[in-house]
Amino acid sequence: MSTRLSKGGRLIDRSAAVEFTFNGKRLKGYQGDTLAAGLLANDQMLVGRSFKYHRPRGIVASGPEEPNALVNLGTGPRLEPNQRTTTTELFDGLEATSQNHWPSLEFDVGVVNNYAARFLPAGFYYKTFIHPRPFWKHVFEPIIRRSAGLGKAPTEGDADHYEQAYAFCDVLVIGGGVAGLLAAKSAASTGQRVILLEQTATLGGRTPVDEALIDGQPVDSWLAAIEGDLRAMDNVTIRTRTCGFGVYDHGYVLADERIADHTPGDGRPRQRLWRIRAGHIVTATGAIERPLSFAGNDIPGVMLAGAVRDYVTNFAVSPGDRTVVVTNNDSAYLTALTLRAAGLEVPAILDARDNAAGPLVEAARAAGIRVLTGRGIAGVKGSKRVTSVAVCTQAGEGAVLEEIACEAVAMSGGWSPVVHLWSHCGGKLTWDDTISAFVPDPARPPLNHDGGAMVTVVGAAAGLLDLDTILEGVAQTGVSTRVETKGRRKEDAKKVVKTTVEIPPVWVMPQGAPIALRNKMWLDYQNDVKVSDVQLAAREGFQSVEHTKRYTTLGMATDQGKLSNINGLAVLADALGEEIPQVGTTTFRPPYMPVTLGTLAGEARGEIFQPLRRTPMHESHEKSGAYFEPVGLWRRPYCFPRAGETHEQAVHREVLNTRSALGLLDASTLGKIIVKGPDAGKFLDMMYTGVMSTLPVGKCRYGLMCNEQGFLSDDGVVARIDENTWLCHTTSGGADRIHAWMEDWLQCEWWDWQVYTANVTEQYAQVAVVGPNARKLLQVLGGMDVSKETLPFMQWADGTLAGFPVRVYRISFSGELSYEIAVPASHGAAFWAACLEAGKALGAMPYGTEALHVMRAEKGFIMIGDETDGTVIPQDLGLDWAISKKKTDFLGKRGQERSYLANPNRWKLVGFETLDGSVIPDGAYVVADGVNANGQRNTQGRVTSTYYSPTLKRGIAMGLLYQGPGRMGEVVECNTVAGGLVKARVCDPVFYDKEGEKQNV
Amino acid sequence: MSDPVSALQGARFDGFAQIREIGPVGMITLRAKGLKSLDKAVKAAVGTKVPAQRRIEVNGDRACAWMSPDEYLLVMPYAEVAQALAALAKSLQGQHYLAVDVSDARAVFRIEGPKAADVLRKLVPADIDSMEPAELRRTRAAQVAVAFWQQDAGFTLVCFRSVAGYVMGLLSHSAQPGSEI
Repeated sequence: MSTRLSKGGRLIDRSAAVEFTFNGKRLKGYQGDTLAAGLLANDQMLVGRSFKYHRPRGIVASGPEEPNALVNLGTGPRLEPNQRTTTTELFDGLEATSQNHWPSLEFDVGVVNNYAARFLPAGFYYKTFIHPRPFWKHVFEPIIRRSAGLGKAPTEGDADHYEQAYAFCDVLVIGGGVAGLLAAKSAASTGQRVILLEQTATLGGRTPVDEALIDGQPVDSWLAAIEGDLRAMDNVTIRTRTCGFGVYDHGYVLADERIADHTPGDGRPRQRLWRIRAGHIVTATGAIERPLSFAGNDIPGVMLAGAVRDYVTNFAVSPGDRTVVVTNNDSAYLTALTLRAAGLEVPAILDARDNAAGPLVEAARAAGIRVLTGRGIAGVKGSKRVTSVAVCTQAGEGAVLEEIACEAVAMSGGWSPVVHLWSHCGGKLTWDDTISAFVPDPARPPLNHDGGAMVTVVGAAAGLLDLDTILEGVAQTGVSTRVETKGRRKEDAKKVVKTTVEIPPVWVMPQGAPIALRNKMWLDYQNDVKVSDVQLAAREGFQSVEHTKRYTTLGMATDQGKLSNINGLAVLADALGEEIPQVGTTTFRPPYMPVTLGTLAGEARGEIFQPLRRTPMHESHEKSGAYFEPVGLWRRPYCFPRAGETHEQAVHREVLNTRSALGLLDASTLGKIIVKGPDAGKFLDMMYTGVMSTLPVGKCRYGLMCNEQGFLSDDGVVARIDENTWLCHTTSGGADRIHAWMEDWLQCEWWDWQVYTANVTEQYAQVAVVGPNARKLLQVLGGMDVSKETLPFMQWADGTLAGFPVRVYRISFSGELSYEIAVPASHGAAFWAACLEAGKALGAMPYGTEALHVMRAEKGFIMIGDETDGTVIPQDLGLDWAISKKKTDFLGKRGQERSYLANPNRWKLVGFETLDGSVIPDGAYVVADGVNANGQRNTQGRVTSTYYSPTLKRGIAMGLLYQGPGRMGEVVECNTVAGGLVKARVCDPVFYDKEGEKQNV
Repeated sequence: MSDPVSALQGARFDGFAQIREIGPVGMITLRAKGLKSLDKAVKAAVGTKVPAQRRIEVNGDRACAWMSPDEYLLVMPYAEVAQALAALAKSLQGQHYLAVDVSDARAVFRIEGPKAADVLRKLVPADIDSMEPAELRRTRAAQVAVAFWQQDAGFTLVCFRSVAGYVMGLLSHSAQPGSEI
């Protein structure tokens, strides 16, 4: 039984009891506990089931490397699956449930997989479910998804909020253990800006558990002193509960701060994503203990030796009365001594080494603990918890020498430096034979912009596994130097400090274990990958470690192989008959720890998920019940439905009313770019296909812009404001793009031309007043002469209307008498209201973008993005009239002369009228005889715009058709979504008022 | 004619810092480079020097900010834009420049309080601590373009008018009580 000890517990506050539940069971813990400590204190050894075989799983570790003890944390809008109990701080009211079992944790039907384990070997899915093919999707996958899987996905929206923050520093230290603290102090003492990140709530790392003295001082007082020193410095920021999880180019680091994970619902953001730009990065990320591969090493009660120490020292939790220690190195002896000091039994220390010596070993012997060298574990007995271990010789094949009854096993297979952050951005590793681990190679660090080292590693992360060399190492690396240069890198490599710790390789226990034992030696606890699986993969020809990983799923679980990686590739190397460094590691990629999606999204959810651009009249549209559609980031009214009206009915009403009386459109989103300068005319002649330099002051001209390839890019009306100034209108979605396009040419190609541009799109609200009564409305508003004589079609004038300062453009996109009135945006809402009010008597109604589209289609006007798609040239659209023949050059001219674009047989714009009056479906093709090589129907054209015309009371369409303009009157067939064909007659694309009389009154 | 209205009509949020939309504020985009009379023109329009790179020259409720090697932002009371444009036209007559009224194209916010900088730290990828006193930064706040500078124990932030609501949402979210950095 695991239980709470009556004394001790460095991190817990016994005066602050908390209550929590696990699978509904009410349990007690203390403030300062992790959830794992709280569970163990209540003898909850069984905490979950494994992924594939549904084997019982207990807590193995005490930190982020924990593969087993993952739970669903919280409920409802605060439910989060796969939360590691070892890094979750306990709080009053915490609710956790176990994962990956059915129907219950204690009795899991899926455990039958365990007995069928020999039928579920490495690559099982690949081998089994290949045939018959449809079975994968409909039979195998649904079943596997139900039986394999971790936590429950939340079904409700997240009740918490999250945020991001930016930080900048000269030196960023990741890891608040002794090495990190010293590195931070060293860097800060030279006046550099330093940020220190620590993933847990307290500073100090492993040292308070593993050591008594630092520099001759008690650990606690040494830590208190250095923390005090650092907190007193203005240039140092310490952030605890903050895990630096990713290192990227140019000193960019992401870190996850868990602000309110342990105080849910207190109103603070739950987590904050830090986006840090650091001049130099110091990783002081420590080392992770490795499990040993012996049969039954996954049974609840088998734990890492260091974790056992942590639970006893930090949380006063005993893993059981009797703990057998099994190890290949000295550090686990400390566990034995710690247990003994807490009054618990250590029946034996099984040391795989033939000889054990050193201060810790001697201390254990002196304490009377039975030390058996050259011994290992042949097997662990027990199912949901350990009952005993069978002892064997490490050198042999597993013959049982004796059986020792116990409740827990503390194992240590050595320590692997946490090299993840060093490796994220290209830092290379080297194999260290002394400690049998990969360590960062200081001669091959991740590089900064100047070729210098971007990252320095200190402490156990550098492979220094004893305190003396850690202290020496920090002093040597000299992170106080601000600029790391190439020269320094070589120097650094020379003065590498070597640890005094030796850890011999023990990858399989016993070394000659037969298949029956290797079948029960777990490498990856969460994904159920065993020694035998990796060996099978090797026999089947998977030689690359990356392939083996994906074939066996070794290291692919949520812990990303923190425990299993080195053991797995050592087994692979052995099976391949190669050295470990030759096999290499899999790639270390961010994030080091799983990060919840909410944290990555930060503030970007709900109302501020994305910028929403609003015109000055937006609020008014909302009040009048407009139905909006997105246009770029704008929201524009699609239509203004009235009570009882469908959107379609509203659009029809708006079109008919505009054609017969008066329509008002919010056209504020239209792009407006001022172009001014002595060379502005010359510049615009290059930008547009037509001639803008000759446009008289006071007049407007429709223009087309192409890209260099000749394809149509944007269109709009250009107005000449004065001798040197033009105003270019662009499409709503094109304003920023076209402005950038102009600046690109001016800054990069024609930098000596005297032209300035300014994007004034948002300076003006623009209202289109459209329909037979348009002029009457302007006259009612009053203030300027808008008569046919003073302000004819395609001219503009400045003046006032109803007291508003306005610029009135006499232009039309609907074919009706139409004015577009620009007014400063700060007056936009008031002017819109004035138009609606004054228009009442004239039958004015606002109309939306859909009515706009229908009316322009009735007139055969093209729409950028409908008739164009980046492969269409103006000539395809019959817009030859807008292309100057006289100009020697314009953007796109050369492109349009290429043989393919100059080909007379291109698909060209025509109108289509269906014989039965129906509306051709959007996106329809005009079909041709026969089929192509893929068995698809041949095509000869496509429909680009198709609407029901309320004016003509039938379907109208425009499209591009092979040799289109020469085929007027011909009947063609378009495909439909339903699968049939619809017959349509090829016609002129101008369906309404071909002579253009209505706009010119 | 009605009074001009700013995008959010003076919206406010009081969190751990105070957010206010101010305005309407008069603004002119001035594009010019290497003109002899530029100093005189800016002086005449807003009463300041021409700012150095990335700096803003403030003169009460008027200012001139460096925006790019050939662009300046002039700030003044809304009602004085026409006058300032006329002053520029007079000083720069016959030379190649562009001056346009952009007062209505912008929204302006004040972020005030001892922790005002923390509001911006959450949104703006700028190293605020290393900014000079009269430094202006053109940058972004979350997903949109902004410019900001420090003034009168707080920050003034300018964005485009159409995204004023989004920026107000960002600033309010960042200033939530309890989310102090």
